[in-house]
This record gives sequence, C-alpha cells and structure tokens, in this order.
Amino acid sequence: MYAFTYLRPGSVRGASKALATKENAKLLAGGQTLLPTMKQRLASPDHIVDLSQIDDLKNIEQKGRRIVIGAMATHASVASSALVRDNIPALAALAGGIGDPAVRHRGTIGGSVANNDPAADYPAAVLALGATIHTNKRKIAADEFFAGLFTTALEEDEVITKITFPMPSRAAYQKFRNPASRYALVGVFVAKRGRDIRVTVTGAGSNGVFRWSAAEAALSKRFSVKSLEGLSISASGLNGDIHASPEYRAHLIAVMTARAVAAA
Amino acid sequence: MAQTPKIAVAMTVNGQDVSARLEARTLLVQYLREGLRLTGTHVGCDTSQCGACVVHVDGKAVKSCTILASQCEGAQVMTIEGLAHGDKLHPMQEAFREHHGLQCGFCTPGMIMTAVDIAQRLGTPDEHTIREELEGNICRCTGYHNIVKAIDAGCQEMAKGQHRQAAE
Repeated sequence: MYAFTYLRPGSVRGASKALATKENAKLLAGGQTLLPTMKQRLASPDHIVDLSQIDDLKNIEQKGRRIVIGAMATHASVASSALVRDNIPALAALAGGIGDPAVRHRGTIGGSVANNDPAADYPAAVLALGATIHTNKRKIAADEFFAGLFTTALEEDEVITKITFPMPSRAAYQKFRNPASRYALVGVFVAKRGRDIRVTVTGAGSNGVFRWSAAEAALSKRFSVKSLEGLSISASGLNGDIHASPEYRAHLIAVMTARAVAAA
Repeated sequence: MAQTPKIAVAMTVNGQDVSARLEARTLLVQYLREGLRLTGTHVGCDTSQCGACVVHVDGKAVKSCTILASQCEGAQVMTIEGLAHGDKLHPMQEAFREHHGLQCGFCTPGMIMTAVDIAQRLGTPDEHTIREELEGNICRCTGYHNIVKAIDAGCQEMAKGQHRQAAE
C-alpha cells in the first residue's frame, strides 16, 4: 500500500472539512473494502480520514415506525441488534450473511452503501425498503442515491451519518453466493409496505443495484409466488463473467425472487 | 524519496501496554509480527480471505491484515500468544491438541482465535453453525473435520469453565 497521511477527526464536521480541504482524501469506515483495495494499489489516497472515533455514528434506535442505523454500525451489530431483528428481520439476516464473522466485526453499513459495489448486499435492502440516507448536508431517498457502479449521489465532502429504514409488513432477502468468493452472484430483496411493493436485485446489473418493476407490478396484484409464474427478465444489461453468464443471472433473478417472496 | 511521517500509536496487547511510532500504512499484523515479534499471528493470503491472521480487537475477532495499527489506538488486542496461562493451555488450544485439529499448523492460530470468538458469542453452537462460522478461516490440509470437533469440544470446555466461575 502506498503511504498516506492519517487523520482521525472527532466530529462529522471535522471529517467533512478534511474531505473538502485535503488533497485526494478518502473516508475510512470499517476498511474491509478500502484497505484491500489500497493494498492492491487500486486506490492510493493521500489522506485517510478515519471515522472510528466519532461515537454517535454507531447507534441503532427506533423512531416511530422507523429503525435508524448509524453509518458506522457494523454488520455484526446490525445482525445482532434486537431492534432490527424484531422489526426488520430480513435486514438483520442480510447483515449476518455479509462476508464472514471477522469481516462483519469491522465492516459498516455506511461504508457498504457509500461504496455501492455492484455485488454488495446492503444496497438491495436500502432500495427495497425505501430507506433514506442522511448525510451531514441533507437527506437522500434511496431511489436518488445509487447512481451506477461504485457511484452514488454523494458529493465530495459529504459524509453519511445514518440510514433510516421504514418498517415493512413483509420482507426477505435471498442470495445466491458465488461458491468461491461468497459474494452475491445474484441477491434479491423483496419488501412490502402497505401497497408499496419493491423487488431489488444486486450482483447482476451491469449498472449496480436495480428494481425489477415487472415483478413489483405482478406482486402488487397479489403478493404470492404464484403471481411470478411465467415471469422472466431479459439478460440484456446484466453482468456476464467467468462465474455466470447474463442469461444464467437472469434465470437466477427469477428463482431468487420467488424464494424471497416465499420467505417474506 | 522523502521519509513518510510517523504517527504515535498506543494499545494494549495481551495485557501489556505498548506504544510505537509507525508509518500510517502499517497494518496491525505487521506491527504485531515485526514490531512486537509476536509471530504466532500468521499472514496467509494478505487479502482478508484465509483468516490465518485473526486476532481479537476489543474482544472481537478481526483480520489483522485488514486493519491499520492506527485504527487500534487505545484498543485491547489479544493474539494467540495471550491465550495460555503460563504452561497451561487455554481450553480451546487444549481441544485442538486433543482432537488433532491441525496438520501443518499454519492456519491454527487464526482458527483458535476464531474458535474462542465463536464460543464467546454463541456458547455451544451445533456442528452446522460451527462450519458456517468458519467461513472466513481456510485450512488447506485437514478437511476441517477435526477442527470442527476441536471447536465443539473447546466450546463445551469453555462453557463448563464459565459455570465453574459462576459457581465459585
């Protein structure tokens, strides 16, 4: 890894200021993606701004019919949180299936969402549950946030502080893992809240996470696996690599959607 | 080339306060192995997959190749060297010996640190759960059977030890 200057601000304001004023600065949350990327020299920031000393970013709390998760909450803490398990069990299960136990002890929800890896799990949940991303500057609706591979609506000096999840009446996440890397070859999150039904797909889209609107329309008539019968998705716009062709991913999306509806 | 500036880092490793001036890019595993000469923690893949470098930071298993030493400022770090009490092995170490949960031994320190973390979080999990929990620890020799047996036995022993402590 190339050398860098390490900064550890005590406040979100300090972190934002460092991003704005220091040359080529990057935020360090749990580091489970950034540090491996730096070791491979695919990233070489001049300044690393470590968020770990900002305590109020780790809280998980309930506000009315919403669960509010601090950006620095680890996957392990979301997976084991009684609030999340009781109110959005699909989200707790998703967090408990990211990476491996040691990675879950360090990796954070804010880091995952800000990175927007096309095979990451959290973007599927954030988009399906209609979550709101809070930053030091504004609130961003999930539909406005994800903007393509490793790209988000975040500005250069913007810091995610928390993410608010409305409670769904039914929800489930199903992931088909790459047998070697264990990343999502395809992951589908299904959520129902009132009349609003969302089906989101991660791991498959060549532009990152997306909503499968045809499945949403079918499930709006009746929330049942039967409603999905005969429904398929086009392979165009899906990823193809040595692990799976676009056609295979298209097939998996239909299978994982049906499983998610059955589990919800 | 200009010298990279160093930063002061202080933490507790296996109960001892330590401090050093390190380059910011120093990984925890580098500091442990090269700075403190605690070479029980191994580097297998260096890409956060194999788990040979697992140590505990503030009581939680983490991959020490994927955390900066500077991120451990003020932390309590425990390595494989910190488990035994003098000549008396930790119950999980004893279980790995008893059940021959190793062949070449390279992955063993990380396996044992992960195993102790499993016991601390889950008590006495079933075999399926133990196998799931070993997702981030790779062994290329044993086929895992004896490792799983050892962790099962070690978890039982640690649970008994807790009951004993509670009773005393």
